Amino acid sequence: MTAPTLVDFDDVVDRYDPTLGLEVHVELSTNTKMFCGCPTTFGAEPNTQVCPTCLGLPGSLPVVNRAAVEAAIRIGLALNCSIAPWGRFARKNYFYPDMPKNFQTSQYDEPIAVDGHLDVTLEDGTSVRVEIERAHMEEDTGKSLHVGGATGRIHGAEYSLLDYNRAGVPLIEIVTKMIPGTGARAPEVARAYVTALRDLIRSLGVSDVRMDQGSMRCDVNLSLSPKGSGILGTRSETKNVNSLRSVERAVRYEMSRHAGVLDAGEKVVQETRHFQEDTATTRSGRIKETSEDYRYFPEPDLVPIAPSAEWVEELRGTLPELPWERRARIQQEWQLSDAELRDLVNADALDLVAATVDAGAPSGDARSWWVSYLSQQANTRGVALDALPITPAQLARVIELVTTGELNNKLARQVVDGVLEGEGEPDEVVASRGLAVVSDDGALIAAVDEALAAQPDVAEKIRGGKVAAAGAIVGAVMKATKGQADAKRVRELIIERCGA
Amino acid sequence: MSDDLTRLSAAELAEKIHVREVSAVEAAQAHLDRIAAVDGDVHAFLHVGAEAALASATLVDESLAAGTAPASALAGVPLALKDVLTTTDMPTTVGSKILEGWRPPYDATVTSKLRAAGITILGKTNMDEFAMGSSTEYSAYGPTRNPWDLDRIPGGSGGGSAAALAAFEAPLAIGTDTGGSIRQPAAMTGTVGVKPTYGGVSRYGLVACASSLDQAGPCARTVLDAALLHEIIGGHDPMDSTSIDAPVPAVVEAARLGAKGDLSGVRVGVVRELTGEGYQAGVQENFDAALRELEKLGAEVVEVSAPHFQYGLAAYYLILPSEVSSNLARFDAMRYGLRVDKGASAEEVMAATREAGFGPEVKRRIILGTYALSSGYYDAYYGQAQKVRTLIGRDFAAAFAQADVLVSPTAPTTAFPIGDKVDDPLAMYLNDLATIPTNLAGTAAMSVPSGVAAEDGLPTGLQIMAPALGEAVMYRVGAAYEAARDAADGSPFASRTPEVKP
Ligand SMILES: [Zn+2]
Repeated sequence: MTAPTLVDFDDVVDRYDPTLGLEVHVELSTNTKMFCGCPTTFGAEPNTQVCPTCLGLPGSLPVVNRAAVEAAIRIGLALNCSIAPWGRFARKNYFYPDMPKNFQTSQYDEPIAVDGHLDVTLEDGTSVRVEIERAHMEEDTGKSLHVGGATGRIHGAEYSLLDYNRAGVPLIEIVTKMIPGTGARAPEVARAYVTALRDLIRSLGVSDVRMDQGSMRCDVNLSLSPKGSGILGTRSETKNVNSLRSVERAVRYEMSRHAGVLDAGEKVVQETRHFQEDTATTRSGRIKETSEDYRYFPEPDLVPIAPSAEWVEELRGTLPELPWERRARIQQEWQLSDAELRDLVNADALDLVAATVDAGAPSGDARSWWVSYLSQQANTRGVALDALPITPAQLARVIELVTTGELNNKLARQVVDGVLEGEGEPDEVVASRGLAVVSDDGALIAAVDEALAAQPDVAEKIRGGKVAAAGAIVGAVMKATKGQADAKRVRELIIERCGA
Repeated sequence: MSDDLTRLSAAELAEKIHVREVSAVEAAQAHLDRIAAVDGDVHAFLHVGAEAALASATLVDESLAAGTAPASALAGVPLALKDVLTTTDMPTTVGSKILEGWRPPYDATVTSKLRAAGITILGKTNMDEFAMGSSTEYSAYGPTRNPWDLDRIPGGSGGGSAAALAAFEAPLAIGTDTGGSIRQPAAMTGTVGVKPTYGGVSRYGLVACASSLDQAGPCARTVLDAALLHEIIGGHDPMDSTSIDAPVPAVVEAARLGAKGDLSGVRVGVVRELTGEGYQAGVQENFDAALRELEKLGAEVVEVSAPHFQYGLAAYYLILPSEVSSNLARFDAMRYGLRVDKGASAEEVMAATREAGFGPEVKRRIILGTYALSSGYYDAYYGQAQKVRTLIGRDFAAAFAQADVLVSPTAPTTAFPIGDKVDDPLAMYLNDLATIPTNLAGTAAMSVPSGVAAEDGLPTGLQIMAPALGEAVMYRVGAAYEAARDAADGSPFASRTPEVKP
């Protein structure tokens, strides 16, 4: 297969209009699976979280997990959807070894939530409304591990191992309507949407939404039409997009690839493609000779889901403050400019700062620590900010020590470094590294007197009322105390000793 | 002594066990001996679990000896379990090669209830593969023979359970009824078979044929025995979403009331579309005689019409295969059951296994159902069939406004010779003409012996149909008719069963 011709991105958006569509699967963090009582813990030994139902054993039957329905309704409500008063599950029939029944139980054409929207803010503050077509419930499949063979794919593998722990874990699939008119910002809109959806679902507490662990997975649909033509092009569906950055890159790559195909006068193939994390490209999935016919029909083993209006309203009452509401409140409470808020959000620091504030720190201090010093540390270490080994409570304690004068800023950074190095709680680091500010006036007075004696001309100026000259003496004292003195107190003592 | 025990009804046997005149172990052993003697000819059982049966019976005896009240009205009574319900201590094959030797890791809810009730499970009975068939000839393990005439079929799919009763190998059995698989074998073997209201008995652990039609139910030689068993296996099960969350109808009380012989005030509807043309003469004669008997008991007999029943068979043969095609997809050699290691890929192994593991009738229905659900055909086939289903439900509702129960012959003919229809699926399907509407509507029905046909001496059945959860009146009518019939004959119907002769 020849490498696709890629068109330069700027050139693509000069001549084509992209249309986006995003399908996001979210694994719910319910205690039990969608249709049985098995636990859903991630990372357990293979095939230890299974039972007759999720193994699809003959005779077994599904029972709908009420907590999953509840989570689905809450997601639907948070996305401004209408909740269907009645709906059936359907069977999606196809053979695959990681699917125990060889059909997937899914809501298909009677989804629990329809017709909503999510407002998404881009980096520069532009707001884009993404229309939601539907959110529906379904069950996850198991996992296959293909062993032997070069690619880790089923073809060429010597044998395959199957783990059914994930089979039957509840999924919510959230599907957008087509998103037109994003132009050059299509990649950014896609990423911002997935980010906003992740934050929203996290705030509902119904999923870990960890893309790296697969509890949130994104399929990107993209098509191009000649600029201004309004003719919808053929779309590709890219699966396996497993990070926010990849969402952006997948859209960008597919736009360049589609343009290359269209420029060559060829037709875009309607197909499923797989995103390649290492190269930021997509590759074609297996082309099927016949189009897949899933032979959907209503699941006869389940009764329809019919949430009462009262229940839906009760659930609406349980919705927490949603991310955009929270951001508005925080902006006001902390008196942030739009730019400051955006920096905070873009640095993924909002939750951390808020938690630090909750632990007793002033918002300004908390913000400055997370956005500057700690962001640098995260960068250096190549980890996400929230993966740094320091908790908001620990940082709040450091800030408290500064406020009470027990630490100055320089020492505080050393304490934070100690915590990051795993040396224990801030107070333990202070003790073990001997970082407390010298607050014993006796020791300081001795150091001040020594410095004044060493620079008699400066001492004279101060005594003559030139208080500004004290800076040189402060510097000398700080040097002598290895930075552990409280500079403000030192200045006071200098003036006192000089009788100025 | 041993031989006598096999001739008793379940209620009589339970009585003797509970007053400790007979031990549960003796009862079990008597039936195991009977199985050893006749099952070589009848082939009702696919598996006999003698050891487990005797162990279970021993527990009942120990408990009674300790002065504990019996776990249920049928504690200690032996039972034959259709091989479609899962059992941890016995294989569950569903009459198919694809599950040969499969030992389920869990008990069906019905199995658990039987165990909790202290009932002795003797073994698993033969059936048409995956319950698809009306003669038990489609079992992958060979046909069951009708104890009335070993050259004839015992009906199906539950021919094993019905034959076990008629051959006195067990006084109780469990069947499952998707389109008549309990009632038609009951009619063919001169026994009693009940299809409860859909959702009345848990389907958890019942290996699915067609999920929206399957229903497990009691089989026995008397109406009272069926009622006693019905109350034990019925009731809501949180493991089955389609199970009804309502008390089990008081069928034992109803059967006892019926046996007193008074049906005054009960309206019995004769379904015009389920009599006459196409019914064997002796079947029709016995049906007419049964109607006269019901009138004598004080029932008011009226004629009702169910115009859409004529489309029932066609709708059934679209809905059932559709569900079958999906339900049977799981038999893919990946996790359990047969595996034919032919070919390098998972797909090739799946295909080879399904080719070798499924019999012709099962394949026929999988293909039919796959086709009926295919895009472009769904509305014309599955969609239309569902509409017919709705119309049949309305026919029933209208009929039950005029009558408390409806009656018809259970099957159009008596038992036919083995091999007669095995190559003619359409002729085979016609057997279930009268029983299918009940499954499509999710209502209840039973078959009670209505004598033997004059022309061939083989048993016929009276079908009594009731509305959903209306089993009480159905049992009352069944028990009243049974008592009157026995009084007229001078002995219980079962005593007329000929001795099994090879
Ligand atoms: Zn499970």
